Amino acid sequence: MTPLLRFEAVTLRRGGRLLFEDLDFTLRAGEALQVTGPNGSGKSSLLRLAAGLLSPERGRVERSPLALADDALALDSELPLGRALDFWGGASTPAMQALGIAHLAAVPVRLLSSGQCKRAALARAVGSGTPLWLLDEPLNALDADGAERLGAIIANHLRDGGAILAASHQLLPGKLARLELSA
Amino acid sequence: MTGALIARDLRRAFTGAAWLTIVFFLLVAALAPFAIGPDARLLSRIGPGVLWIAALTAALLPVERLVEPDRADGVLDQLFLHGMAEESIALAKIVAHWLSFAPLLLLAAVPASALLALDGPSLARTEVALLIGTPGLAALAVAVAAVTAGLPRAGSLAGLLLLPLAVPLLIFGAADAYLLEGAVSLLLTAGAPFVAGAAIRAART
Repeated sequence: MTPLLRFEAVTLRRGGRLLFEDLDFTLRAGEALQVTGPNGSGKSSLLRLAAGLLSPERGRVERSPLALADDALALDSELPLGRALDFWGGASTPAMQALGIAHLAAVPVRLLSSGQCKRAALARAVGSGTPLWLLDEPLNALDADGAERLGAIIANHLRDGGAILAASHQLLPGKLARLELSA
Repeated sequence: MTGALIARDLRRAFTGAAWLTIVFFLLVAALAPFAIGPDARLLSRIGPGVLWIAALTAALLPVERLVEPDRADGVLDQLFLHGMAEESIALAKIVAHWLSFAPLLLLAAVPASALLALDGPSLARTEVALLIGTPGLAALAVAVAAVTAGLPRAGSLAGLLLLPLAVPLLIFGAADAYLLEGAVSLLLTAGAPFVAGAAIRAART
């Protein structure tokens, strides 16, 4: 099976600081990997590297089509949530239902709470239809219901042959392999 | 995606500051008679130049809102992940910026010309010159906006960068040297997407 994401001897240095060196891993369909580590250990940078938003100092990254859900919402704050998500294409309505924010479709994005914003960012990734999801701190600001829904969504996606790379210092729901970054 | 981005940027401009730009243009044009006095002959002689200065400052006005909000909010990242090259993003932003200020500016030049006692033929010449020059002005504004995105005091820095670079447009535009003005405008429009694209890539953290 072709890997959805492959890191080959990847070294990343940011601002003169070595974040990780000679990192190797492969994500295949149905696999999930949780990156853990203390604040500033390079979890988010690893995700941005996986997305192609950063370039490694050395090594190679191969990726398939992917979606990134990070702290940047990237939704027009004046638009109702439904229309703001529609700008990014994909199946926004089922994604909003999966995250329990379908009833907010007509609410302007600027009025959403931080937990609702997190769900919206996740909904964009869920609706994208891409096989690989990169989730940066997906549990941040989520309540118990949100965390439960996220667990179900992750399980579904893996069952459908997707792959997930998540960065979080909290334990994510479901059985995920772990990759520990040191400070 | 390019079309959707142009439509989105246009919608954002017209629900926000596009009208301010035009009001600002008219205000600058209206100031000239107060500063120079009501001598119609003098006003009509310097009128085209005043319109150009007004157009230049009006194009500069929204420069902080062209790229920086989208960089800060991750829109540029998501566009990249949706397969858009940075140069295409910049080009879409140039088209949207031009559409959001140039047609209105050409319209507003008509009442402004009355304030400056311009006659029909010199208004027509200025309109043609503005039509040729504004794409270059829009391209320059987006390139400067991308270069200064994320910097402290980006607004004042953008002015310092943009105004000198716009001098060739101003010289040829105000002198009705359409061919030379067109050449400068074309050069700016063709080069700006690459400058802005490289700046967007470099600003990524």
